[in-house]
Amino acid sequence: MSLVEAGVEHRFGPYGGQYVPETLMPALAELETAWVAAREDPGYRAELGGLLRDYAGRPTPLYLAGRLSEVAGREIWLKREDLMHTGSHKINNALGQALLAKRMGKQRIIAETGAGQHGVATATACALLNLECVVYMGAEDIRRQAPNVQRMRLLGAEVVSVQAGARTLKEAVSEAIRDWVTTVATSHYIIGSAVGPAPYPALVRDLQRVIGDEARASLLERAERLPDRVIACVGGGSNSIGIFTAFVGDPDVRLIGVEAAGEGLDSGRHGAPLTAGGRAGVLHGSLSAIMQDEDGQVTEAHSVSAGLDYPGSGPEHAHLRDSGRASYVAVSDEDALAAYREVARLEGIIPALETAHALHYAMHEDGGGSTLDLICLSGRGDKDLAEVMSHDG
Amino acid sequence: MGKPARDRVPEVHTTGEDQIATAFAARQGRAALMPYLMGGFPDVPQSLSIGLACADNGADLVELGVPYSDPLADGPVIHAAGTAALRAGVRMGDVLGVGEELSRRLPVVLMCYVNLVLARTPDGFARDLAKAGVSGLIVPDLPLEEATEIRAACDEHGVALVPLVAPTTPDDRLRAIGEQARGFVYTVSVVGTTGERAGGDGGYREILDRVRAHARVPVAIGFGISAPDQACAAADAGADGVIVGTRLVRAAAESDAPATAVGDLVAQLSAGLIR
Repeated sequence: MSLVEAGVEHRFGPYGGQYVPETLMPALAELETAWVAAREDPGYRAELGGLLRDYAGRPTPLYLAGRLSEVAGREIWLKREDLMHTGSHKINNALGQALLAKRMGKQRIIAETGAGQHGVATATACALLNLECVVYMGAEDIRRQAPNVQRMRLLGAEVVSVQAGARTLKEAVSEAIRDWVTTVATSHYIIGSAVGPAPYPALVRDLQRVIGDEARASLLERAERLPDRVIACVGGGSNSIGIFTAFVGDPDVRLIGVEAAGEGLDSGRHGAPLTAGGRAGVLHGSLSAIMQDEDGQVTEAHSVSAGLDYPGSGPEHAHLRDSGRASYVAVSDEDALAAYREVARLEGIIPALETAHALHYAMHEDGGGSTLDLICLSGRGDKDLAEVMSHDG
Repeated sequence: MGKPARDRVPEVHTTGEDQIATAFAARQGRAALMPYLMGGFPDVPQSLSIGLACADNGADLVELGVPYSDPLADGPVIHAAGTAALRAGVRMGDVLGVGEELSRRLPVVLMCYVNLVLARTPDGFARDLAKAGVSGLIVPDLPLEEATEIRAACDEHGVALVPLVAPTTPDDRLRAIGEQARGFVYTVSVVGTTGERAGGDGGYREILDRVRAHARVPVAIGFGISAPDQACAAADAGADGVIVGTRLVRAAAESDAPATAVGDLVAQLSAGLIR
């Protein structure tokens, strides 16, 4: 397992920071100290590495998708995070943070979830490590991701339905933070994406960069080259920062984050703050690209995929965008739904609706001369069956 | 709504910090009473009436909340009031209008989440507050580490940037926060969000003593204080000011005559503080 060598960043360019109630500031400092110590500790690394390998299924395969490659007209390699235990990359972060919570003596875990993948991963890690688990989930997401709700409850987690606002991921994160403000002495908040106040964006990236580290080494060995493009979907941005990080130092590798265009960028009903641009703002403790009105009220996102239905983005992504190192595009609900079906037929892989955004982009948008794309297949799509069928015809 | 019965004489060159200091000092040994109200709730004119009712019934300052989409420090009652105001179309300008009217009667401290400040830029926001006569600004998601630019802008325009401290804040942070405090230090009495809590008077003295040791401005306490006996206990424990929010917002939400209901509660709180 490879962890980042750098310190824990509080800022990525102008983005990031710690915009939280004072009550949480000592806990964030404690978390940062614990993480800096843990990631250097051979005992922690061996324990996490062992769990990721023996329990969760690392390393994941790197698969040259032949029929997708034919459609795209270039090689498409898929990093198969969908084959991880619990069905997505989220378990990388959940196991790492749950182990960290144990080291800090915190017996109660709080998490938020959108698509349910992070909630299931966290509930799983808590069952394994015998920790109490409370997952906040928007009522709308509970409706459209019912199988994952049943899974979390089966795993022993309490799932709390959040009724505020649009009843999706943004409100679930807010409610999780409010819980943490109240229970900070005994609880650790396992945030599921590369968002939130420092040290979370760096912590989550450190735990997810294993995706890119494995993929880079594996591709160099098998294709004997680096990819022309690395493509991943971006909600908060954890699978994307996880696969990008290994390639940031390779200047010829283009990094492309695919956000949710929802019903179209012009409609205002989307989840693409990085692509849409505009004034930066604070959401959930950090300054980044967010969707907001003129007064600074955060507006509701929209996406057919619950995991991308979020008006914010990780601060490191905002910095990668501004610096030109990565670019961000958006794919509509309709195109993502089509890609979900197309990839199922072509490859026998049912991708998560979130991932389907990235797959559509690789298959059907201009490749810019790329001859080899690496895509993070961040999760499996069984959870989305009912939602996709409801859009049928 | 009629005009205020008597206007506070505006002292042209006083800063917000001076106005706040005067309001605290005027109590001469008893704690200042600072009711919280949500701007624009139940609607804009009624929130002004509620603020005036506070002034008429013994409030020394008012804390005026700005509705926000993602209020991380607030419990369900204040969150719901903010959501209702936003759904009804209340904008920052409306709340500043209420603040401007109220500031003719007593010092107004705006409670506003940081993204609303950044949207107008720190300088623009502080200038708008000063123009409206607002004395101070509380930003519940702006810890010391992020406050430098906004505090400088507030200083420039004579608005006091009031910091918050919590029971979890260690002494070295209390010292650093106390050194940068303007107006007063807002002491969060509990580990948690805003909301009514039973009892709770046991812990006021410990946190107040710790904060006072590091503060050169008055120390006010809030979060979880709703009943007159709790306000009295906080004053007895040494608070220079007592902030009551959720109980009053709930009264505004539940009553057909919000200003009267809030005014009655403020009168009870005020009477309870006189010893």
